[in-house]
Amino acid sequence: MFPDLMFYVFASVMLIAALGVVTAKNPIFSVLFLILTFLNCSGLFILMGAEFLGLMLVLVYVGAIAVMFLFVLMTIDIDFAMLKEGYASYMPVGVLTGVVLLVELILAVKSGLFSSDHLITQTAMPIPTDTQNITAIGQVLFTDYLAPFQLAGMVLLVAMIGAIVLTFRRREGVKRQNITEQVLRTRKEAVELKKVKSGQGLV
Amino acid sequence: MLTEFSMSNILPALPEIFLAGSILALLLVGVFSAKENASRSVLGLSLVSLVVTLLLILSGSLSSHHIEFAFPYGQGLDGGPAGFFFISDLFSIYAKSLILLVAIIAIILSEDVLNRLRINKFEFYILVLVSVLGMMVMVSSHHLLTMYMGLELMSFSLYVLVSFWRDNNKSSEAGLKYFVLGSLASGLLLFGLSYIYGVVGDLSFTAIGDVISDIQMDGQNVTLVVALVLVMTALAFKLSAVPFHMWTPDVYQGAPTPVTTFMAAGPKVAAFALLMRLLTEPFAAMAADWTQVIIALSILTMAVGSYMAIVQTNLKRLLAYSSIGHVGFMLVGLVGGTAQGVQSVLMYLTIYSLMTMGAFGLLMLLRRKDIYLETIDDVAGLSEQAPAYAFMLMLLMFSIAGIPPLAGFFAKFYVFSAAVAAGYSWLAILAVLFSVIVAYYVLRVVRSMYFDKMVSVSVDLSAPLLMRGVVVGLVIFVAGYIFAMQPLDEFTYRAAESLLLAKNF
Repeated sequence: MFPDLMFYVFASVMLIAALGVVTAKNPIFSVLFLILTFLNCSGLFILMGAEFLGLMLVLVYVGAIAVMFLFVLMTIDIDFAMLKEGYASYMPVGVLTGVVLLVELILAVKSGLFSSDHLITQTAMPIPTDTQNITAIGQVLFTDYLAPFQLAGMVLLVAMIGAIVLTFRRREGVKRQNITEQVLRTRKEAVELKKVKSGQGLV
Repeated sequence: MLTEFSMSNILPALPEIFLAGSILALLLVGVFSAKENASRSVLGLSLVSLVVTLLLILSGSLSSHHIEFAFPYGQGLDGGPAGFFFISDLFSIYAKSLILLVAIIAIILSEDVLNRLRINKFEFYILVLVSVLGMMVMVSSHHLLTMYMGLELMSFSLYVLVSFWRDNNKSSEAGLKYFVLGSLASGLLLFGLSYIYGVVGDLSFTAIGDVISDIQMDGQNVTLVVALVLVMTALAFKLSAVPFHMWTPDVYQGAPTPVTTFMAAGPKVAAFALLMRLLTEPFAAMAADWTQVIIALSILTMAVGSYMAIVQTNLKRLLAYSSIGHVGFMLVGLVGGTAQGVQSVLMYLTIYSLMTMGAFGLLMLLRRKDIYLETIDDVAGLSEQAPAYAFMLMLLMFSIAGIPPLAGFFAKFYVFSAAVAAGYSWLAILAVLFSVIVAYYVLRVVRSMYFDKMVSVSVDLSAPLLMRGVVVGLVIFVAGYIFAMQPLDEFTYRAAESLLLAKNF
């Protein structure tokens, strides 16, 4: 009873917040709505018994990504009125696409394959009750799932290379530290002894 | 629960592992070598590693086992592993060899242009290599997770490559467009995959195939149809099949031409190979459903690809629409999912890749005052200024139109006869009609070269010998395809057979 109630609370708040993300006029509100969506989504995960995923969602999406969104929005100057231009003219097509997709999804759910009796018979790997999420993931992530895990590493590497290639540029006139040069400097090059006559400057 | 580690579990994936290792090594080489010759040495070494990978793959085709699996996981009911992440069969060997060939050609063609655009950085070659690795994983995947990782690995590096000329507005715009639309496609794909997982409870192709054929006994299932449509949508996006083609002309035009050359060939091969594996293995029991989707996609794609190409004035855009059209023709061969159909698509992919790369390669050779020829008006009078190049471009254009005895004709001939054999004669007739339209826009280019008034600026043809040699080689392949037909025919036939065999394992 209580989990059911919580499901409806989380799910409805999540839907409303998701709607808020795309409709809010102020982009800051959009991001805050996004955070609300993530939080409710993580609640849903925890209800399903996937506590690790739920916490990761909060840590990664809310803690890192959404906050970075906020930083970006606050530091750059975008004309948001211009971005919203053409909203009305694209709206009918968007609504139509959405409605078609919604009808399809409802039909899919109504087909009954997602009802519990189907899922239990056909789930090859039932949810274990005796281990925690993290233990279960840890047991297979670096062993059975070695190949996809390594590939995920490659994807991250590409993201890193891409970010450097697309944004790094050597600017003219910026003083950079060259450690080799610093270390190789000798006393002879750096220090000069001058006799200063009393009552006169060096120049 | 855990599978015992043994070398035989990873050996079939040796080419991929080697390529991944050499990518990491090359990254270090690039970072630590002096700035002036970093890109040169990475270029040379990446060619070497691609060739070695190709040899490793081809050595697999000699082994007695036609189908090998790698990376087992879980425990099945019979005590063996529940599934495999990776498969290596003749089909994947053929597709991967083609992808590697495409990458080798693309890298050789790109150096000169990159130098002239002042964007010759060593990361370019590394990104191409990573993208190739992604394509190879896609082709060899036997599990939805590896499939998705491969697809993303390929796409991520392509996003960066498209906007590689970051000082150019068009290139940045193309990259952003491709990235946003590509992410949408990934989202749809994941949505579809989650539906499949909801129904099947496993992500391995074997398990999906088994459960789907069980379920299909009780009649059509809406959930699976929705999942199938979502997955096919995502792959249609990567193939740039209509109505998911919007990005193609902009991206092909905006991306630096070396990237376009690579993109027009490699990802198409990988996405088509993956689509064929998905449709004939896990979704084999739903042939009636996906055939409708393929028919609709192919008719739309052929129509838009042919008609929209007519109004183009930019050659890169024209080739983009022509590649959309080619995808439509290839989809015709897929209808019915027969071995002959798979074979015809493999042949078409081979011919299409080499032909398109030849055309883009010629565009990278022709300059007027350091500006690359881009529009149809630019090539006016080329027949007098550079007769040999004009002749080669004409041959390639005629091949794109499918005029015998050039390679393009045979490509179309294979898919059409496969469609007729599968009982879709009307579709084949429709496709023939569309290929007549292709001939029209192709002739416009040829007319401009041979009959229009010459542009007074002289043509600059200086280019490295290797680059010119590769382009000439591609043209020779297109013109002399008849002589290469026999071995290709045999190899693709065995590849297609092994794909259809794989589902019985």
